[in-house]
Amino acid sequence: MNFFEDHVVGARVEIGRHTFMADEIKAFALQFDPQPFHLDEAAAARSHFGGLIASGWHTAAVCLRLLVEERHRRQAELRRRGETVAKTGPSPGLRNLQWPRPVYAGDTVSYAHEVVELRPLADRGDVGLRVARNTGTNQHGGLVYSVLTSTFVERREKQG
Amino acid sequence: MPVRCYEDFTIGEVVEAGPVLVTGEAIEAFAAEFDPQPIHLDAGAAQNAIVGGQFASGMHTVCLNMRLLVDGFLRNTNAMGSPGVEEIRYLAPVRAGDSLTMHLEVIDLRPSPSRADIGFLKCRSEMRNGSGEAVMRMTATLIFGRREPAGVARTP
Repeated sequence: MNFFEDHVVGARVEIGRHTFMADEIKAFALQFDPQPFHLDEAAAARSHFGGLIASGWHTAAVCLRLLVEERHRRQAELRRRGETVAKTGPSPGLRNLQWPRPVYAGDTVSYAHEVVELRPLADRGDVGLRVARNTGTNQHGGLVYSVLTSTFVERREKQG
Repeated sequence: MPVRCYEDFTIGEVVEAGPVLVTGEAIEAFAAEFDPQPIHLDAGAAQNAIVGGQFASGMHTVCLNMRLLVDGFLRNTNAMGSPGVEEIRYLAPVRAGDSLTMHLEVIDLRPSPSRADIGFLKCRSEMRNGSGEAVMRMTATLIFGRREPAGVARTP
């Protein structure tokens, strides 16, 4: 999983887990998503969620951090072996992001990354587009986060 | 001001919010916590990257959009979260010193097929920099409570 040619559709990596504590849920919400059910236990208990929940963007941002850390570990390993590290990014965006159920204070979310499509680009011989699904699953096995992301990945052999 | 419910929104409604100033310190603090790549973290290291110069994490722009959405639209509503986002496009890099404003348009309203007490609002939201250039565009769905359950006639 380095250059575009090294990737395989269906390859899945567990990228890490995170426990969302009440204090960090509120700190994130205060800055980026100050809605009552992310900020205050009592207000959250009265809401239809029934308890304090993390902002969906908090769930997404933690996934991003785990992805970046996993990539840095992988790149460090390649450098240690004396291999060239492929250039990646920037991401043109994402689609079909879903929050099927809330992340409650104290929940532990396990994140995974799976390659779903490898698309050669007719107008770009130097890179290909890797489409991946990132997911988060809570401690009960329930899906809490799913998103399709696209990333440009350098080719080992330039085309055209 | 009464709390706005699903019935109170109309397709075509436009909301503007902001601006929010994106400082270099804020770009680095967000990156350190959620997107620790050199292009976001370090103005020096960013000189050698594919996109020249330090710029904000795309997720940072998305989170600032959420903040403006709450401040400019969701306060005083009975918003009940979101099932998801259809698409996010990053259109231009966000630099230290940029001032971002949110431009949102309601593009669809539909009752829930399974719950009489909620409805779905679809919106297109854009973050624009000081030059009016769109830096991020998102299509998302929001859930709002209904004032009266679907199918219950209002007494005149």
